[in-house]
Amino acid sequence: MRPVIPYVTAALLFGLGVYGVLRRRNAVLVLMSVELMLNAVNLILVTADTTARAVLPHSGQVFALFVIVLAAAEIGVGLAIVLQLYRLRATVAVDDVPLTEPTQPVDEREPAVLDAEARR
Amino acid sequence: MTGADVLLLALGAVAVGAGVLVVTTKHLVRAGLYLVVCLGALAGDFLVLSAELVAWVQVLIYVGAVVVLLLFAVMLTRAPIGASDDLDRPGWPAALIGGGAGLGLTVLLVDAYRWSSVALPAAGTAERLGEQIFQSWVLPFEVLSVLLLSALVGAIVLSRPDIGRPAPQRPAAPAARVDVEPGGRR
Repeated sequence: MRPVIPYVTAALLFGLGVYGVLRRRNAVLVLMSVELMLNAVNLILVTADTTARAVLPHSGQVFALFVIVLAAAEIGVGLAIVLQLYRLRATVAVDDVPLTEPTQPVDEREPAVLDAEARR
Repeated sequence: MTGADVLLLALGAVAVGAGVLVVTTKHLVRAGLYLVVCLGALAGDFLVLSAELVAWVQVLIYVGAVVVLLLFAVMLTRAPIGASDDLDRPGWPAALIGGGAGLGLTVLLVDAYRWSSVALPAAGTAERLGEQIFQSWVLPFEVLSVLLLSALVGAIVLSRPDIGRPAPQRPAAPAARVDVEPGGRR
């Protein structure tokens, strides 16, 4: 088995993930790109398990399992944040999110209520 | 080139091709479905690399749970069904940094491993990995279970707007809603 093949696959996938995180505006697509990066790391860990002889056998695969668990936790909290953002601002575009503290308190009512007020 | 190499090449090509489509497609739902193809090809890679348990966990958690969650989020944020043009930012810096990271890592790894060949180790079955996790990696395992619990609680608190608000605002909120209703009809 030539380890360079999965290593190069993982490197290209990681580059694609970085590109996607920087390029995409939709927060759900940004999360998908983060998944690509995490999977590239998993592939590197599993491949390193075959090329490096560690003291403990299968350490790379154990770490890959840990990374999968971390990714599951990340996607749960991340999607909760995205849905809350959609509820507050009615958008999921990441460059519409203000990075500074709001000068006036954020109106936490539903978008439908705000629309009704704007129409009035 | 052995059979394993050919399989790794083919699955890697599928994974990278599907990854390109994930970050370039104009359809939100299709991006999620291409992600399934990419993660499935990676699970095949893990199988060829003799990581059995990791491959099945990948299929169960990533293809089964994470992608379904992502598609739920796509639906819940009322994404358009067809192609949408406002998904992307201007791409030069992203292409520069992403391409730089990918190609830099590629050059580094190709230079490190050249065309060398290694023998595959014993398969990482559930029995062997379980022995390792519960003998050598018990503490990280337990810490991860606490982390999963806190992520669960955090997600619930985040997605329920009635938790964590200051108490005096609560009676005011229904009153404001009642005011708006007749105002909207006026």
